[in-house]
Amino acid sequence: MVLLGIAIIVAGFLLRFHPLLVILASAIVTGLAAGLDPLAILAAFGKAFNDARYVSIIWIVLPVVGLLEANGLQERARGLIAKMRGATVGRFLTFYLILRQMLAAVGLTSVAGHPQTVRPLVAPIAEAAAERQAGDLDDAEREEIKAWAAATDNIGLFFGEDIFLAIGSILLIKGLLEQYGISLEPLQLSVWAIPTAIAALLIHGFRLWRLDRRLTRRRAEGQP
Amino acid sequence: MITLHWVYALAGAVFAAFALLGARDRDNPRRWTTAAFWALLATSMWAGDRLGDLGNGVLVLGLIALGALGLGRGDGVVPPEQRQARADRFGNRLFVIALVIPVTALAGTFLFKAAPDWFDAKQATLIALALGVLIAMTAGCLWLRAGALVPLQQGRRLMDCIGWAAILPQMLASLGAVFALAGVGDVVGGIVQQAIPQGSLLGAVIAYALGMALFTMIMGNAFAAFPVMTAAIGVPLLIRTYHGDPAVVCAIGMLAGFCGTLMTPMAANFNLVPAALLELKDKHGVIKRQVGTALPLLIVNIALIYWLAFR
Repeated sequence: MVLLGIAIIVAGFLLRFHPLLVILASAIVTGLAAGLDPLAILAAFGKAFNDARYVSIIWIVLPVVGLLEANGLQERARGLIAKMRGATVGRFLTFYLILRQMLAAVGLTSVAGHPQTVRPLVAPIAEAAAERQAGDLDDAEREEIKAWAAATDNIGLFFGEDIFLAIGSILLIKGLLEQYGISLEPLQLSVWAIPTAIAALLIHGFRLWRLDRRLTRRRAEGQP
Repeated sequence: MITLHWVYALAGAVFAAFALLGARDRDNPRRWTTAAFWALLATSMWAGDRLGDLGNGVLVLGLIALGALGLGRGDGVVPPEQRQARADRFGNRLFVIALVIPVTALAGTFLFKAAPDWFDAKQATLIALALGVLIAMTAGCLWLRAGALVPLQQGRRLMDCIGWAAILPQMLASLGAVFALAGVGDVVGGIVQQAIPQGSLLGAVIAYALGMALFTMIMGNAFAAFPVMTAAIGVPLLIRTYHGDPAVVCAIGMLAGFCGTLMTPMAANFNLVPAALLELKDKHGVIKRQVGTALPLLIVNIALIYWLAFR
């Protein structure tokens, strides 16, 4: 019965209902199915919301991003890339991927991110580079390049952070295994994140290289 | 001592400013619901610890109601010609200011840990990030000769573009807590145990990695999936029956879960929020770019567990 909440979430997202209402419905149904009374569900949800406030503090960077964009940050990024020979969107994003993986691997996960670096810097630079490669971009392509920038940030973060000893997921693994009487040092766990990190770099780097080829070929074909 | 509560106070002030400026934004057809939404979020940041659990629950209901009624957005975009002129005038200053935040976060992470009496060392990066915002905002206003309201107005414009999606990650985290309370994980674990093929090591490895990815997609978070799948398959089968190396099984199993994170709208802060932040028309645009990396990487993870854990 408690799985009804999961069914509601999946169906709600697939049918594109308002996500906030879907979450509320799922919480109520799950709680009721588990025999909680409505006020207890509301209190549990409220407590969890309050404990998770740190998730939303990242928005304080928006005033800085807004100020810089109003003063021409994206235009400047475009101007800078225009002067760099050999700068392509694929090469630039691969560079950013490696940088993000390395920063995350030494525990610096919050140094970069979507509001901090992707919106003000990475996306406009990627867009400018792609524009130069392909000649001109239509709206759909512009969207695609921005999405590549965001995707690259996520992949760099996810497959870099577990190399760091004191990241949440490594500590979670250590804590859970101790419950089963298996004692491990964080270092024993984090070294095994390295093979996947390398594979992530190779796979995503290859896809970025293909993106470059596609953009350049389009220019050669002289399409609009 | 400077703790995360100082950062909450700052965030509350920023959301309160968004609310006040939003209430005066006559371009926005829904300016009152929009302003009320950010005002509630400011209240949560400022007074969340004093509201009690039920009070916070009521506050969340208010946010959901306003979000469902619909928030709007106004105008306030600086015309492209003006931005180009300013870009030519200010040049690389703009990059210097943009880099202030990451550089301060980087330096603060190390420096604040050296002064544990002054700063909560566990939250060093977030505190440093907030400090970086203050420095960048001050430097930006002075160096670009902008009025103090300009960053807040422009920040509000971006915030209104994101709208209620801004609280999705926090909401999903809260839903996870309700799921945990209701014991959803145990039930899923039971089902998975019945579904795995008997006697096949490769089958068990695939079930574990795939289960991590799928359950992460449902929960939006590998942390929620990990205890369930490890209890159902990881420990009893891979580690105890087949004598796999627990470090390899768990470390790479977690990363298989991360492949699931790349493919689900439930991981809103990584997948939906950036789409809103970059003003993409397709909410799932970021996920679509990630699937092509996540699927091959999931196969690699299965192969890695199979080869490395059972030597």
